[in-house]
Amino acid sequence: MQLLIFYIFGFIAVFAAVSVVLARKPVMSALYLILNMLALAAIYVQLNAHLIAALQVIVYAGAIVVLALFVIMLLNLREKQGIVSYHRTAVQAIGIIIVAFVMTSLASAVNSGGLPAAGPESAEFGTVVGVAKVLFTNYLLPFEIASVLLLAAIVGAVILSKSKV
Amino acid sequence: MMEAVASLNHYLILSAVLFSIGVIGVVTRRNAIVIYMSIEVMLNAVNLTFIAFSNHLNDMGGQVFTFMVMAVAAAEAAVGLAIIIALFRNKNTVDVDEVNLLKG
Repeated sequence: MQLLIFYIFGFIAVFAAVSVVLARKPVMSALYLILNMLALAAIYVQLNAHLIAALQVIVYAGAIVVLALFVIMLLNLREKQGIVSYHRTAVQAIGIIIVAFVMTSLASAVNSGGLPAAGPESAEFGTVVGVAKVLFTNYLLPFEIASVLLLAAIVGAVILSKSKV
Repeated sequence: MMEAVASLNHYLILSAVLFSIGVIGVVTRRNAIVIYMSIEVMLNAVNLTFIAFSNHLNDMGGQVFTFMVMAVAAAEAAVGLAIIIALFRNKNTVDVDEVNLLKG
């Protein structure tokens, strides 16, 4: 049953990702991206990452893709003749092959062992309490630096979107 | 008969497939906004890897790193889309084949 659910949502995620790349209109790409993120959120729930699944829906599907949709709406793009860039086709093909090879060999490398031993199970795994305990103790400094990063991004976005660049 | 539970490898292969689809989008599409959305697909694939390992090892660090990836994705969305708007304002296009300011 768990495997069946994985296959259903995995298939939806892959279908949506392919549609993001193949869709002719950018708006359709953005809508398929939301579908992809919702399917991944379902898989996160399966992996006991409940807080991350909620954040995936709220932050990614709710905020980031909507921002992209706003930009698509503002730009009023015209239809172009053909969606594929034909610059340096050989380099593109080689790049795709290398990436596919590296990523599948990562999956096969896991089979051969070498992973560290699993830690003890805890009842709080993946809940708000569990993630917050780790985030605000072991990872407090990266958390604070992330806030500085976001501040820098806000300043950068404001500067870039001024009328004179 | 195999056990009916998705193993770590299932998730890693799904992540690999999604990442590769994202790379295909980045290197083949012309529209800068679609390239940006393909990058989001790649970030999501990486998040799936983090969560799968986190669940497999019972280590919550992976979920914290996913949190950080989301923060970076938000920053990237703000700056990247601002760049796309500035590009459209100056060149009146978001087609990456027509933008060659740095070519000299």
